[in-house]
Amino acid sequence: MEPFRVHRGLAVPLDRINVDTDQIVPKQFLKRVERTGFGQFLFYDWRYDEQGQPRPDFVLNLPRYQGATILITGANFGCGSSREHAPWALKEYGFRAILAPSFADIFYNNCLNNGLLPVRLEAEVVGELMRRATEEEGYYVTVDLEACQVRDDHGLVQPFELDAFRRRMLLEGLDPIDITLEHEAAIRAYEAAHPGW
Amino acid sequence: MAGKTLFDKVWEAHVVVEEPGKPPLLYIDLHLLHEVTSPQAFEGLRLAGRRVRRPDLTFATMDHNVPTTPRIPGQPLSPDPIAAQQMETLIRNCREFGITLFDLYSPDQGIVHIIGPQLGLTQPGKTIVCGDSHTSTHGAFGALAFGIGTSEVEHVLATQTLPQWKPKSMEIWIEGELGLGVTAKDVILGLIGQIGTDGATGYVVEYRGPVVERMTMEERMTICNMAIEAGARAGMVAPDATTFAYLEGRRYAPKGAAFERAVAYWETLPTDPDATFDHRVVFDVSRLAPQVTWGTSPGMVTDVTGRVPDPSEFADPETRRAAERALEYMGLEPGTPIQEIKIDRVFIGSCTNARLEDLRAAAQVVRGKKVAPGVRAMVVPGSQWIKYQAEQEGLDQIFKEAGFEWREAGCSMCLGMNQDILQPGERCASTSNRNFEGRQGRGGRTHLVSPVMAAAAAIYGHFVDVRELGVLTA
Repeated sequence: MEPFRVHRGLAVPLDRINVDTDQIVPKQFLKRVERTGFGQFLFYDWRYDEQGQPRPDFVLNLPRYQGATILITGANFGCGSSREHAPWALKEYGFRAILAPSFADIFYNNCLNNGLLPVRLEAEVVGELMRRATEEEGYYVTVDLEACQVRDDHGLVQPFELDAFRRRMLLEGLDPIDITLEHEAAIRAYEAAHPGW
Repeated sequence: MAGKTLFDKVWEAHVVVEEPGKPPLLYIDLHLLHEVTSPQAFEGLRLAGRRVRRPDLTFATMDHNVPTTPRIPGQPLSPDPIAAQQMETLIRNCREFGITLFDLYSPDQGIVHIIGPQLGLTQPGKTIVCGDSHTSTHGAFGALAFGIGTSEVEHVLATQTLPQWKPKSMEIWIEGELGLGVTAKDVILGLIGQIGTDGATGYVVEYRGPVVERMTMEERMTICNMAIEAGARAGMVAPDATTFAYLEGRRYAPKGAAFERAVAYWETLPTDPDATFDHRVVFDVSRLAPQVTWGTSPGMVTDVTGRVPDPSEFADPETRRAAERALEYMGLEPGTPIQEIKIDRVFIGSCTNARLEDLRAAAQVVRGKKVAPGVRAMVVPGSQWIKYQAEQEGLDQIFKEAGFEWREAGCSMCLGMNQDILQPGERCASTSNRNFEGRQGRGGRTHLVSPVMAAAAAIYGHFVDVRELGVLTA
């Protein structure tokens, strides 16, 4: 997995709550058997009209947000389906971190398993970041997993939490399956003690 | 020492390793697979040169993509070549890794969360995962069942375990008396309306109380199925005599003396009287009416006797904006009585409400009537076995004579991955679980309801209060 340490990038505000994974990647694009190729379908129905033309008013289509790598959004982001295609699409589009007051559980885990950092911040902080990303053209944010901080160029410093285990996995880009397989003997012992009915 | 919850007991029985500062490693008893979220996991295994650790605990079916039109061996699996390739990939993966697959032509094929219980694979006390959020359905049996992503599918295939931080626990106490025509679907929709779509995020929910105790397994599956729509990691119901009676004799349930031993263990699982939960919600269903969603999130729901709300009624600005956007998408005016909303389509199906009991209830409403002019209605049984059983009872004839389409099993229009989709602007009364924008087809407008409410809407062409039709019997 690609490690995540410190990332500074252009921030884009998506001022909506309860953004579900059907919006992040609509289902008609889930038929691929690869992990790649989903970035083009990110927020498809919001980015493109019925004729496949970009909707000029959707925030990701505004010229000033091209190249954004940090998504600032509302509560309960990633609710709904367990499709990992959602973080694959976000990552491939270019996002490295998502800042929101809360995330749906399965989506949160899926992000961490793909080196896409979901950062939970107080709703007021997210609101302030959203305001700055809306008002200031070229608003950059630094997401620092080593220091567990979100910072901007105007002195905003906001700590965030991630448990030490997941933090280390991300910082070092470790493979969770390799870590689990270190417990092979314990898994075998568990199976021997639980033969089933 | 304080007592333990059902969730505590199932959790603790599956911890393989627990080290300070690390998530416990949880053993997985049953891993269910389908065609959409598994191909990348198998590819990952291949790239790393890993095997499937326990193919005997792993079962697969195809459901998300499958056509619901008649299945003719030798024909392509789907008219959509990309969908067909996804199904063929599953066939190849199951063959290569030695996994039992209930394919398109199997009499056991069906929606993964319907066939698990039907085959007796789903049992109390088990840990069950699947790359699908509605895995919470299986919690109805007192299993700990939750949806996972594809990376986690790969993890379970390779190790039969999953590192997991233990979620918090929530008791949802459901009390009162359900009126005739008010169903488990209305209970869960009403509950989500009360606690919100993130009301249970971070929690494993145990549904308890007299209403839950009286519920059938099918009803318990409906409320556990939509636990995820409240954000819950899992929903659970304590196993009891209803559970054991459902399981006895099913293909993969233990038999004879083994069944007796299993029941003796299952009886130890219910929450101890002195156990405590991290959070408690009480939900009284006595005055609950049939529910109809009006927006694009399952929490945007009201009584069939109510009206489309005015967004200005919502104090929170984010909620207000979300409601405004939802009404615009849904093409609805504030204040419109729910029963004046006309529909174009009706979908009776999905892992929420496509079990035999659901079809029987809907058939009570449909019997001897005709689908309203201009309405296209379909029934998609949850599994081929349910379809067969329904046909034995003549339910298919009742639906077909009324003008419903009677289809083969699959997820179908719940998520519209196959050919069964809404056209832009079409409005659908649906027994499924999600009314998200575009869920049933781009521009489609979904109203979530119970099977009897969907059936009634099909007959009248608009929502009606099924309690007033006088066709339901207890």
